[in-house]
Amino acid sequence: MINEEPNKETKELLKQAIAPARDAELRRDLWPQMLARIEQQPHPLSSVPWFDWALAAILGAVLIFFPRSIPVLLYHL
Amino acid sequence: MELLEQFAAGDLEAFEVLFRQHQKEVYAWIVRIVRDTGIAEDLTVETFWRVYKFRARFKPGGNFRAWARRIATNAALDHLRHARRETALPENLPCAARPDSAVRGEARDRIRKAFYELPAKYRLVATLALVEEESYGDIARAVGISESLVKVRVFRAVRMLRKKLNFLGVGVTAK
Repeated sequence: MINEEPNKETKELLKQAIAPARDAELRRDLWPQMLARIEQQPHPLSSVPWFDWALAAILGAVLIFFPRSIPVLLYHL
Repeated sequence: MELLEQFAAGDLEAFEVLFRQHQKEVYAWIVRIVRDTGIAEDLTVETFWRVYKFRARFKPGGNFRAWARRIATNAALDHLRHARRETALPENLPCAARPDSAVRGEARDRIRKAFYELPAKYRLVATLALVEEESYGDIARAVGISESLVKVRVFRAVRMLRKKLNFLGVGVTAK
């Protein structure tokens, strides 16, 4: 069974070693950083790695030049 | 249209208003978990970035404060999982020990070392429950688990901490 009140001795030791941070206040406005973060957001297409584009191009070429491979591909999907 | 509806619809000005309303509270919550003011600032921005990114998931009738706190807790937990264990307390947080404390110098360092070595999910609930004295209900809502699971994690954290402290030579009565 779990004690409602954890070991008081351990808790007291902990509180003496690590003080509560309740009084820590934010001293500056973080909105400029937030705005910069939003503006850094990459365009959805540019965030796709080049390797994925290469794979898509290879797959497209295979499907165009070897249309008989389409059922095989569909079977494995 | 109300502020939360405007935010959910992607209105940047509505988001700015919400950001300015809640940034201090989110920061204060995060600093209690990570115990570093600089990291807490970065994680506050990260939290609101996630808030903005997932705005479509927010129901305008919901509780924005609770939603933001939960995202902040997840961001702080991600940090605890990836950060080095030996994170030192920054000087701009309140003094680690009271002047009349019976725990001094080396013993205090050992306790802190043992505490920072706890796995992240245990350290999170232990910090909030034992150091910050948040209620189990508040912790449960912030972490997204049941109160019973919070109690289990606190219990396990205390047990792990006692073992570590005994190993490090800081006497704690076995229970």
